[in-house]
Amino acid sequence: MIQFILRRLLQVIPVFLGTTLLVYFMVFALPGDPIRALFGDRPPSEAVIAQLRQQYNLDEPFWVQYGLFLKNLFTFNLGVDFTGQPIADTLARVFPVTAMLAIEALIIQGVFGIAFGLVAGLRKGGIFDSTVLVLSLVVIAIPTFVLGFALQLLIGVQLGWAKPTVGSNVTWGSLILPAVVLGMVSFAYVLRLTRASVIENMNADYVRTATAKGLSRRQVVTTHVLRNSLIPVITYLGASLGGLMGGAIVTEAIFNVPGVGQKLYQAIIRTEGPTVVAIVSVLVLVFVLANLLVDLLYAWLDPRIRYEN
Amino acid sequence: MTTSDVTIHEAGTPADRPLLEIRDLAISFKTGSGEVQAVRNAHLTIMPGETVAIVGESGSGKSTTALAAIGLLPGNGRVAGGQILLDGEDISNASEKRMIELRGNVIGMVPQDPMSNLNPVWKIGDQVRETLKANGRPSGPDDVAKVLAQAGLPDAARRAKQYPHEFSGGMRQRALIAIGLSCQPRLLIADEPTSALDVTVQRQILDHLDKMTTELGTSVLLITHDLGLAAERADKVVVMYRGNVVEAGPSLELLQNPQHPYTQRLVASAPSLASRRIQVAKQLGVSTEDLLASAEAVAGEPSMTEDVLQIQNLSKVFKLRSGFGKSTDFTAVDDVSFNVKRGTTTAIVGESGSGKSTVAQMVLNLLEPTSGKIIFDGVDTSALNSKEIFAFRRRVQPIFQDPYGSLDPMYNIYRTIEEPLRVHKIGDKASREKKVRELLDQVSLPQSTMQRYPNELSGGQRQRVAIARALALDPEVIICDEAVSALDVLVQAQVLNLLAELQSRLGLTYLFITHDLAVVRQIADHVCVMEKGKLVETGSTDDVFDAPRQDYTKALLHAIPGARLMLPPEVA
Amino acid sequence: MKTNHKAEHFVAPVEETPLLATDAVKTDDAPLSLWADAWRKLRRRPLFIISAVMIALIIVVAVFPGLFTQVAPDNGCVLSNSNGAPTEGHPLGFTFQGCDIYSRIIHGTQASLMVGVFSVICVLIIGVTFGALAGFFGGWVDTFFARLGDIFFALPIVLGALVITQLPFMRENRGVGTVVLVLVVLGWPQMARITRGAVIEVRNADFVTAARSLGVSRVGSLVSHVLPNALAPIIVLATMELGVFIVAESTLSYLGIGMPGSVMSWGNDISAAQASIRTNPAVLLYPATALSITVLSFIMLGDALRDALDPKSRQR
Repeated sequence: MIQFILRRLLQVIPVFLGTTLLVYFMVFALPGDPIRALFGDRPPSEAVIAQLRQQYNLDEPFWVQYGLFLKNLFTFNLGVDFTGQPIADTLARVFPVTAMLAIEALIIQGVFGIAFGLVAGLRKGGIFDSTVLVLSLVVIAIPTFVLGFALQLLIGVQLGWAKPTVGSNVTWGSLILPAVVLGMVSFAYVLRLTRASVIENMNADYVRTATAKGLSRRQVVTTHVLRNSLIPVITYLGASLGGLMGGAIVTEAIFNVPGVGQKLYQAIIRTEGPTVVAIVSVLVLVFVLANLLVDLLYAWLDPRIRYEN
Repeated sequence: MTTSDVTIHEAGTPADRPLLEIRDLAISFKTGSGEVQAVRNAHLTIMPGETVAIVGESGSGKSTTALAAIGLLPGNGRVAGGQILLDGEDISNASEKRMIELRGNVIGMVPQDPMSNLNPVWKIGDQVRETLKANGRPSGPDDVAKVLAQAGLPDAARRAKQYPHEFSGGMRQRALIAIGLSCQPRLLIADEPTSALDVTVQRQILDHLDKMTTELGTSVLLITHDLGLAAERADKVVVMYRGNVVEAGPSLELLQNPQHPYTQRLVASAPSLASRRIQVAKQLGVSTEDLLASAEAVAGEPSMTEDVLQIQNLSKVFKLRSGFGKSTDFTAVDDVSFNVKRGTTTAIVGESGSGKSTVAQMVLNLLEPTSGKIIFDGVDTSALNSKEIFAFRRRVQPIFQDPYGSLDPMYNIYRTIEEPLRVHKIGDKASREKKVRELLDQVSLPQSTMQRYPNELSGGQRQRVAIARALALDPEVIICDEAVSALDVLVQAQVLNLLAELQSRLGLTYLFITHDLAVVRQIADHVCVMEKGKLVETGSTDDVFDAPRQDYTKALLHAIPGARLMLPPEVA
Repeated sequence: MKTNHKAEHFVAPVEETPLLATDAVKTDDAPLSLWADAWRKLRRRPLFIISAVMIALIIVVAVFPGLFTQVAPDNGCVLSNSNGAPTEGHPLGFTFQGCDIYSRIIHGTQASLMVGVFSVICVLIIGVTFGALAGFFGGWVDTFFARLGDIFFALPIVLGALVITQLPFMRENRGVGTVVLVLVVLGWPQMARITRGAVIEVRNADFVTAARSLGVSRVGSLVSHVLPNALAPIIVLATMELGVFIVAESTLSYLGIGMPGSVMSWGNDISAAQASIRTNPAVLLYPATALSITVLSFIMLGDALRDALDPKSRQR
């Protein structure tokens, strides 16, 4: 098991390095003055430019630049934004908000996705199953932001069941509507995956053997089918964190949630390059670590993986 | 269940009533194209303490009948008629609640494939404990260990904490037997309990199962496709064909005097029985020629033939990665040497892990030997350049085991057989088509098969297509890698006869890889026995069977099902 | 022997179950390849018929917009019609700037569809090649592509798109091409992964070994035996990705990093309609519906294909 962990860690490091290198390369190392390019149509004053050049070590050779960039990243020295505010402070403020949103979305999509998928799989071919299958495709087909607008309009404004925007009122309750929108597409995938997994396991030989032991159907389903079916689903949930982070940008903008996504979106609109790069790098790091944890979780749940060559 | 419920026959009265009686059973399945009758009219009787075997090929309905007895028909199956009487009670349409009560402590089951029948992410001990608990038995760790130890698992307490993939095939089967017998049922349904295992392991496990069921007084309903095995292990044999019981009776009587034509076919074709018959015939000094599949070849065998294949000190070592750049060496083939004479059949026999398939791959030049030489027709194959290897491939062709995997599902039969001709640029389109038709005739398949796809043919038919493909280039040597192991008994006999006939007509040389010594008896002239990569014994078939020298060979011979049966030498 | 109970010897009458010739070949029925079999199954499924018809319709609309509306989408924009209700000849009303909604939807089909189609084609070319090479040859080739794919996987689509579109040359040349580029760069790993899995499953099959032993080269066996058998999941994924890319394009446009405003696409229209969502939600909902129906058709088609090509449900 230890060997497996170490091997996965070794695999993660080049990936992380590769991704951050790619990001850094694209923003800073391509021809043209990167600083001016970062600011698009509105270049800041010469003093700010000079400070940024020094901050980003642009006068050093490329690899040194990248190395210093990484060092800064890990020491949370993320530079300053357009208004001179340290980015790291800003992130410390907005990160917990997005974390709350993401966790809530994860719970909602997990609980409902698994529940619906389980029922659909156990009653394959029934009305619930067929309906749920089509509905899940419909959900995937509607862009998240359209869904967000529609629900905001319907539930927030017309029905008045929830506040249409969040603003400074950040609580678990006020985040429910944005969390639902954020997790919709993943919910559809979780549902389908659970359903497929359940169907596959219900037809497995070992389920028949379990029944032959004298167990009731309920016992067989809960102790054998459910457990085994959940393994791929839980790992998918972990991997869906990436989609959640991307989707957070859209959701936070629509519902005015003061999180990382909103900050990122503002930075894009104002073409504030350094902020964009810093936030994206941190998010990538989170994503890579989350994937690593998910892989380890999978190995813990499914002992066969640990012995793979 | 106390022991007083389980009556030993000598005690008398209750033993006169059958434990299980199946009468006029009909089972049908709902499929996309309507209801299909899987079992039309099955009947059998099992007395307490008795072992009854159902023998049949695939599609005979034997497994379906047995599964119906424990109420485990798949979702779309149902009992359409007849009765299943367990100790007088009709359970053919019993409520699920009643069946749950009966399963485990009255009727137990040992299923066929040990790997897929155990939950892969649960420890073995937990799976045993679940059975004990579900049937109201003590289920502490000691009880679990005791059950596993009784089934013959060494070091049971430690093994209980392991997962199925850490066990060998035989150990997994023992775990399944432990689960099946843990609550001491009165009836045990054993569905091909050993067909997925090596032959020597099979015998051990069946012996152990016999011992356990005799001690407990459990009746056994044994499902098998092997008539020899059925006769050896069961008191009564029931033969099923296409959903009907065609013959039933005491095992020895059935073998010595089969009356239904189907049973007669089975008795004539089953390799283990044929092998036994030849053995007996030789002991009695009777001629064995008409008992051998390759009778014509044997009769016309010239006394002097040259060696078409010479294997000298062949070895293959694989490097297994064990993490972090370290690797261990695994010796699959260790210094193997033998010769194959032109026009004969040489068999390489061994269990799994013996290295026999690796040898075949090296002879086919698909795998590079670590050391040693393969000399084909006087030329060292390792010294050939790519053009020469291309030419070599025309002369040595393979037939593989799995008829469902050896034909490309995307190619129709014509394309499959024509491919070798096309690759070697032989003839034009018209002459190739003619050749394909000829080949189909040679393997007794209608020419219309050309347009069909593999999924429309049965296993035996696909294997015949594979033979036709192998013959397309007019090879001299054919490597048959377990070519008949996946086929039903009668189909197997057909294919073996075809191979023998082709050999005598075309002068082919066969290198026959198999794990089944009984088949070897019927078709091979020479035998090489391999164990764990080493060549253990080699000689003519007669020599090896009549006077085996090595212990391993003796163990293999002893493990052939039916080895202990007394059979008359005549074919039915 | 465990029992001395004498059993009788039962023999069934032969006429009851006449013996068939062992292993006879069926000579009736038409031959059935995988594709023919799948087609037969698909024909009967209502979801397939609906989605196929929809897709055909959408393609016609994209190629011949003039057949469906006479109103020119841009020229007809009259500010006085701003947010106007539907009138004669303008069935869906007007946008904030007074353009005919219906006409814009019809003409927007082309750009959205082009993005989807071109992205999928490029993803197929790159993803299938990389995935097939990785899956077939294994070893360091596999490891190389696996790590490469992981790196791109680590950038969720939106984040990755955000970063890529910061590149100067991307900013200067925004158009269908750049959107396609973004989607392809971020989308190829998924296709490669599926291809790799399918190839690995097939490469060890006996029929591949049989092909090699009759003299087919390694690469030859990859092309003529392995790939055709690995196509099914690739085709399913490609169909579904067509839909997913169209949705992704609209999200990118919403964020302002998709198509330039000058290109008429559903994504841009939806994005522009945000401003008037409170007063006239229809302006947003119509193009959104058009987009969703299109995407739904493609993913329903992909789903139906997956069921039809499922090897477990093939006739035996």
